[in-house]
Amino acid sequence: MEIPRHWRLKQQRYALVGEVCPHCDAKIFPPRDVCPECGGEAREAYNFSGKGEVYSFTRMGEGPAGFEEQAPYTVALVKLAEGPVVTAQLTDLGDTKVEIGMPVEMVTRRIRQDGDERGMIVYGYKFRPVMQG
Amino acid sequence: MREVAVIGIGQTKIGEHWDQSLRDLAGQAIQAAMMDAQREEADALYIGNMMSSTANHQQHLGAYIADWAGLKNIEAYRIESACSSGAASFRTGFMAVASGEVECAVVVGVEKMTDSPAGEITAALATAAEADWEVDQGVSFVALNALVMKRYMHEHGWKHQDFAQFSINAHANARNNPFARFHDTLSLEAYEKGPMIADPINVFDASPMGDGAAAVVLVPADSIHASSRPRIVIAGSGSATDTIAAHDRRAPTWLSAAEISVKHAYSQAGIGPGDIDLFEYHDAFTIMATLSLEACGLYERGQGPRAALDNDISLTGKIPVATMGGLKARGHPVGATGLYQVVEVVQQLRGEAGENQVADAKIGMTQNIGGSGSNIVTHILRRV
Repeated sequence: MEIPRHWRLKQQRYALVGEVCPHCDAKIFPPRDVCPECGGEAREAYNFSGKGEVYSFTRMGEGPAGFEEQAPYTVALVKLAEGPVVTAQLTDLGDTKVEIGMPVEMVTRRIRQDGDERGMIVYGYKFRPVMQG
Repeated sequence: MREVAVIGIGQTKIGEHWDQSLRDLAGQAIQAAMMDAQREEADALYIGNMMSSTANHQQHLGAYIADWAGLKNIEAYRIESACSSGAASFRTGFMAVASGEVECAVVVGVEKMTDSPAGEITAALATAAEADWEVDQGVSFVALNALVMKRYMHEHGWKHQDFAQFSINAHANARNNPFARFHDTLSLEAYEKGPMIADPINVFDASPMGDGAAAVVLVPADSIHASSRPRIVIAGSGSATDTIAAHDRRAPTWLSAAEISVKHAYSQAGIGPGDIDLFEYHDAFTIMATLSLEACGLYERGQGPRAALDNDISLTGKIPVATMGGLKARGHPVGATGLYQVVEVVQQLRGEAGENQVADAKIGMTQNIGGSGSNIVTHILRRV
């Protein structure tokens, strides 16, 4: 696994740090320095709330290489409250029946582990149903 | 720009060719196309291929295949755009000949997918998506299409069985194609009971991988001597990209890159969607068949499944598709698929499609989709 690639994304993976466009106020995740809405330069950091809703979802019976042990699991397109959509696993579902529009919130979880017990562990965001009360 | 003609076609059967290598397959398709064109030499070779670096541990396919095919010392390289590599290489050949720089171009699409274990091939296919923000979340390429399909069904109110005829039609057409991977019919009952991969996509919504190669020979149209064989020219060619990640699109259920590329191709050919006699579309999944029909202006947005429900897509229907089996049943050797589509359109336009001949086919279209809609190449061929 490419360690620098995962290391340099840690702010996004752990804390959903994106950008805000100074020209049109669009919220951008992941950061790309050029606003996808207006094309202007956008380098100002912005902390996303981690709140969102399920835009689409699917249950995978088998996981690809590196994810075999987690299967079956549910992946989703999550529309963040600030606008952007991210691809992420849903977690802590219990008996919850997932539906499009369901409110979810970001949590930090183990995403995958490289090889044996000495391999690198990648942590990142997953989303769970919003806790009641 | 010069008008460009397709004067030779060749293809191998798609399957699990344990006894043949990537270059064996490419060589056979090239040889068949050269024989069909009655040519022994070419000036350039363009190769469509997605995954030789991971699936076969071989890069540098230009020199690797040109030498093997006996096309010594000619210009040759590989063109890669994931699942649309085949059509991208075909467009490269078209541009080379149209520009006047190359007199005779051979284009081959080839993929050898059974040398590596299935898990490695699944991972290689996933590299068509974005590594950091899609693949690293545990999503497979099938799951990405499932996310799009579920959203589409939610937005427009379609049921899974509304997509059935796309796959049933493909299997019916493949029965008469000796080069197809599958020759068995598919029933509605079997479609509905297919083992689920990532809901709502089951195995009968998805195309099979395979080993295969297909090739064409391109020359300036005005260089062809009069003959009894119909002349087939490239009337339109368009190519466009979209975001690599499906989640970055304003509407993942609309193929903007298909819309842009087909508009360019229609405009170049001076035609509209109503003029297409047959369409070799990219039915890697039933949802992609649907979205492709809509983006090409053949159905209103959200109404693509009508093509299946009304069976407009049969060989005698309003818009015949997948006439030799499509990706679903002819098979989808990823980087070769775009060339299979072109070869099949040429067969139809020449009147050489046998039992699957579309009556009086004059204009045929191909559309090859890379990734979840990220890189889409459209061609229109015409009999003159």
